[in-house]
Amino acid sequence: MAKHIFRRVYLWEWPVRIYHWVTALAVVALAATGLMIGAPVAVMSTREAYAGYWFGTVRFVHFAAAYVFFFALLLRVYWLFVGNSHARWSAFIPVGRFGTFFREMWAVIRTDVLQLQKPPLDFVGHNPMAATTYAFIFLLSAFQIATGFALYAPMSAAWLPGLFAWVSPLMGGDAGVRLWHHAGTWVFLLFAAVHVYLVLYHDVVESRGELSSMVGGSRFVEHPAEHR
Amino acid sequence: MLTPPTIWEHAALLGHSRRDFLKFCSWLAAAAGLESSQVGQVVHALETKPRIPVVWFHFQECTCCSESFIRSSHPIVSDVILDKLSLDYTQTLQAAAGKQCEDALQQTMKKYKGEYLMLVEGSIPTGDDGVYCCINGRTALDICREAAEGAKAIVAWGSCASNGCIQAAKPNPTGATPVHKLITGKPIIKVPGCPPIGEVMAATVVHLLTFGTIPKLDRVGRPLAFYSRRVHDTCYRRPNYDAGLFVESWDDDNARKGYCLYKMGCRGPSTYNACAVTGWNGGTSFPIRSGHGCIGCSEENFWDNGPFYNRLTNFPGFGIEQTADKVGLAAAAVTAAGIGAHVALTAARKGGVIGEQERDAKEP
Ligand code: HEM
Ligand code: HEM
Ligand code: SF4
Ligand code: SF4
Repeated sequence: MAKHIFRRVYLWEWPVRIYHWVTALAVVALAATGLMIGAPVAVMSTREAYAGYWFGTVRFVHFAAAYVFFFALLLRVYWLFVGNSHARWSAFIPVGRFGTFFREMWAVIRTDVLQLQKPPLDFVGHNPMAATTYAFIFLLSAFQIATGFALYAPMSAAWLPGLFAWVSPLMGGDAGVRLWHHAGTWVFLLFAAVHVYLVLYHDVVESRGELSSMVGGSRFVEHPAEHR
Repeated sequence: MLTPPTIWEHAALLGHSRRDFLKFCSWLAAAAGLESSQVGQVVHALETKPRIPVVWFHFQECTCCSESFIRSSHPIVSDVILDKLSLDYTQTLQAAAGKQCEDALQQTMKKYKGEYLMLVEGSIPTGDDGVYCCINGRTALDICREAAEGAKAIVAWGSCASNGCIQAAKPNPTGATPVHKLITGKPIIKVPGCPPIGEVMAATVVHLLTFGTIPKLDRVGRPLAFYSRRVHDTCYRRPNYDAGLFVESWDDDNARKGYCLYKMGCRGPSTYNACAVTGWNGGTSFPIRSGHGCIGCSEENFWDNGPFYNRLTNFPGFGIEQTADKVGLAAAAVTAAGIGAHVALTAARKGGVIGEQERDAKEP
């Protein structure tokens, strides 16, 4: 049997990991409560209104999770500028290396999606396909935050939501904002499904410790692949 | 030259008592959101300031705004503001007709250039050179531009003038356009609603006549006193909303109990208006109190944000009756199928790789 020499590489610093798991939990909470706000379940109750507040509580959880989601994203955006090379903005926007970036992205699609190419590709850090998707997710997060806080502004006396009040007129009033905020939810859900599947795929098929890298921060990379 | 009479002089002439007049002033001060100590200022202004000339235009509209206005609950409003003496031009209510009427308009515009108040009811068609709305052989577009030139301020009455309303609904065949998209450089106050509430209209125009200043406006240009809160924020069914008690169908027990109409498509949560505060027809009722959800009549695009009885607007680009959830579920099904296909492909193409790794691991 061939000897495999692995080296441990530290990829994800603590802010990236914190951001990731806080965001994952917040998105699950936001999508669940959000869809409930969109289509509340039918409760046939004989109680008077003053005796209950469950829908108010669902909304409260949504708004609380929204703040968490927002500040986690702020942390990540800060880390786009001070983090290591895998976390920096240049990992997502390949200034000066667009050619290789897109060639490698095509290779990823051929290998991992279409499976036309057998030997697995390994990238230290995000592969170009993943990086592009995450960049899109950062933007989508900002979009959910802008539309969400715009909807939240009239129900809150805090100054932060008020900063987003300008979004509403751009989208033809609150009704339009709600529609697009709701649509954004579905994009998040579809992303999460594919994202979790691909993480598991790499972990199961390629045994790279992909999953635990987002927990402990490092993973093992086979020696020759190190300099890709 | 005679100075035009003040509002108080008008009211007295029409037989209103001093007491009525003072009551009117307090009502106005309250509506404009002033403190009670400022009522004196209002009285003083209405007693001394000559009335500002007003011209009221009717373009692409159904006259519901005028109808609403003349039903404003305070008698002095209809008597004084709408009296033929006070309005220098308004085709629907004016005694004069035809040439006389157009002459009156020209005279006012010339004589009071830069001073008169321009009220616009209805949207303005811009398609095909504006031929879809002509008065006296001239297009609404032309008339509007000319009158705006010398106006001190413009009030856009109703949703038509504020955001286009039904005429501007897709596909907007006449190119109906709200005033603010055609006129720049003049203060424009939007009083949306289909129609707007009579009291709100009255309070807005009286504010302008009394103080000669623009009331505080929100980001969209609507008077804050009436449009700063959503119907939902002042709705008396709100406790049912917070408790999650919803009407599920129009004739269920919940409807009889007066639960929240959110799931029946109520647009209260996205509509800025004073309905739940002032009520309609002199405070008699408002749609939600009568058992029907808000349709969002004072919001931009409300005709296109349908159907009125669905909670969310149809998702654009996917044909009618496609909600965001239906599109989302379809996309989820496609995604699931994609993942399934990828699993199958992986098993076929990479099964060997995994097996090799397992054998590798077992070797000493
Ligand atoms: C809806 C919830 C989730 C969202 C929005 C999300 C988002 C992201 C984002 C934006 C990144 C890039 C990280 C960065 O550079 O800052 C990432 C990476 C990663 N995520 Fe998630 N994630 C979610 C759920 C999960 C779950 C449930 C798992 C575990 C099964 C997971 C495992 C990972 C791993 C292992 C990486 C590193 C991937 C790589 O090396 O390319 N994520 N995720
Ligand atoms: C991943 C992030 C988020 C998801 C998936 C999400 C999802 C949703 C969904 C599905 C709805 C129901 C929309 C409807 O049908 O009308 C909703 C409503 C709402 N969301 Fe979010 N949301 C997210 C982030 C945020 C953020 C950051 C805020 C900021 C405060 C926010 C504030 C709101 C508000 C104010 C509403 C309206 C609630 C009401 O009317 O009481 N959301 N959200
Ligand atoms: S009936 Fe409409 S406005 Fe009233 S609480 Fe329910 S959703 Fe809000
Ligand atoms: S309740 Fe809504 S639809 Fe009805 S008049 Fe008021 S704003 Fe218009």
